[in-house]
Amino acid sequence: MSILTRISAITFKEFRQLSRDKLTFGMVVMLPLIQLLLFGYAINTNVRHIPVGVFDDAHSYASRSIIAAVSATQVVEFVGSYASVFAAEQAITNGEVRAVLVLPHDLDQRLAQSQSATGNLGAGGDMPPRAVGQWLVDGSDNIVASTVRGLRSMPLAELARGASLPPAPTFEVVQYFNPEQRTAVNIVPGLLAIILTMTMILFTSTAIVRERERGNLELLITTPVHSLELMLGKIIPYVLIGLVQMSIILGLGYLIFRVPINGAISQIVLGTLLFIAASLTLGLIISTVARTQLQAMQMTVFILLPSILLSGFMFPFEGMPKAAQWIAEVLPTTHFLRIIRGVVLRGASIDNVQADALFLVGFTVVGLMVATLKFRKRLD
Amino acid sequence: MEPAIAASGLTRRFGALVAVDNLDLQIPRGSIYGFLGPNGSGKSTSIRLLTGLLKPDAGSINVLGLTLPAQAEALRRRIGYMTQKFSLYGDLTVEENLRFMAKIYGVHGQAEKQRVTELLNLYELAPQRRQLADTMSGGQKQRLALAAATIHAPELLFLDEPTSAVDPENRREFWEKLFDLSEAGTTILVSSHYMDEAERCHGLAILANGRKRADGSPQQLMDDMGANVVEIGGPGLRNLKQELLRLPEIISVAQQGIRLRVLVDDAVAQPVTWLQQQDACRGGDYEMKIVRPSLEDVFVTSTGDERL
Repeated sequence: MSILTRISAITFKEFRQLSRDKLTFGMVVMLPLIQLLLFGYAINTNVRHIPVGVFDDAHSYASRSIIAAVSATQVVEFVGSYASVFAAEQAITNGEVRAVLVLPHDLDQRLAQSQSATGNLGAGGDMPPRAVGQWLVDGSDNIVASTVRGLRSMPLAELARGASLPPAPTFEVVQYFNPEQRTAVNIVPGLLAIILTMTMILFTSTAIVRERERGNLELLITTPVHSLELMLGKIIPYVLIGLVQMSIILGLGYLIFRVPINGAISQIVLGTLLFIAASLTLGLIISTVARTQLQAMQMTVFILLPSILLSGFMFPFEGMPKAAQWIAEVLPTTHFLRIIRGVVLRGASIDNVQADALFLVGFTVVGLMVATLKFRKRLD
Repeated sequence: MEPAIAASGLTRRFGALVAVDNLDLQIPRGSIYGFLGPNGSGKSTSIRLLTGLLKPDAGSINVLGLTLPAQAEALRRRIGYMTQKFSLYGDLTVEENLRFMAKIYGVHGQAEKQRVTELLNLYELAPQRRQLADTMSGGQKQRLALAAATIHAPELLFLDEPTSAVDPENRREFWEKLFDLSEAGTTILVSSHYMDEAERCHGLAILANGRKRADGSPQQLMDDMGANVVEIGGPGLRNLKQELLRLPEIISVAQQGIRLRVLVDDAVAQPVTWLQQQDACRGGDYEMKIVRPSLEDVFVTSTGDERL
């Protein structure tokens, strides 16, 4: 079959060139490796040890014990003490601290009031309880601010009086799939989606544009090679590369970050293949539009950023406005993220995430058609 | 016998620029046909139109009995194309490049091995078979490109300025290979801006600004030039040149070393006598003689433009 001969000729040629391009070849392995180690350790949404300051205007036994109790939570770390609200605000502006705890001079009075209020609940206490202190927070970082906000309703009774039984929560929470609440469990499968998005789109888009730039394409289009054969032949090596990257990320994720692989390997590979196919066709479409490798790279970044920020990798999909959700739904990464988190963490099979799998199949078919139609074997 | 290439009224524009303007061509089978013209005269565009790489804005093309651009795909198996710029893979070896091109043209298995070995020997590339194409000299690259373009033994070969990056010695050897191919029945269309190369062609079209100014065999073109060539030797040639250029019968004057090469319209029956009677030459001690015209003279008379 001459069709298969031509496709395999292009695939082998691509492999040969790749094996001689030491840097690119190294990137295939090093990129997922380093990024996994880096982000697996670095990204942590459970914030700890936020540097904060204190303005203690009470100077009492109670104020010191409150500071000690807050410090014991390890959520914040007291690094400075200020003599006025103004100095405290200045410290926040200068970025020395993220927040300042203000304890007013009538702290003991407030404390007594608050205790009598909780103690005589229902007995028609004389005054409503007041807050005993105030947090001044650098609100420019939302995550830090909301973490500090979490300290708002620290039970005071026990810290003033010493240990007692904490009040019973209204709801009990059972956290499935990630009981220890480790961020890496969520990040590692997501990282697979992001790294594949980046390498797959970039490799394919530059692969064809490079041939155009170097003039190879002018020769190839005078040969009997069909556009689709050329596209397939150039894609196949990257499918294998994608699978290698998948093995590295999930394997190391399992070994180093103890990310459980709850789903069947076959389902993981199937899901990943669907996504690789979709990403590669996206790269091909870019390659038919871009004239230089630089343009191809710019267009890849144009797709990569929303893939990172809108796909649900960084921020929960549900929190985005409707319009942003629609845009995210068009990106293959969004669907793969649902598939891979579903399969790896929740032990789902492709059947359970059918809609997302079908989207990737549809995306690939339509994308290949567009790319083949747009890639004309002519120079004009 | 029908011609290998027949085109009429071929026109191609790029925006406001008319790259090829109303070109008519008849190229017989088995011949080596040349496109001679300076850069930007439409040689490459013409070749791209004739290979189906570009669509014409007007005109009809028939190559090897196939109508272009409609039947471009069917034509691809029967033609070979050597691009102006080296367009094989620099990061593949000589042998890998040839094997790749063989497979692309559907030559595989035993036939592929045989054909590649044959070409390596024919084009004296066997010692470099494991060398990366990027590390080879201009002449070697040229031979590799020719080997790749002929791997499927095409009936028709397009060569776009094949020797522009090659020294004269390699150029001569390259042309020997072309004559071998021609001898074996391959039709060759080659573009060039070298006069000595053009002179080797069986037939020739002179192109300038997208138009064909003359065509025929080199001899015929020189015979039909419509001018005589007079060489003038003597003192004060720069001055004499300016004087002569004022005369309407003088087509062009070019200084070549210690002589002026003067093209005189052949309406002047006795150019030497006529020149000696002109004011410009009177009184001067000039040595004049009629010489054989060259293709460059043909080029100058047919285009009326600058020399190459």
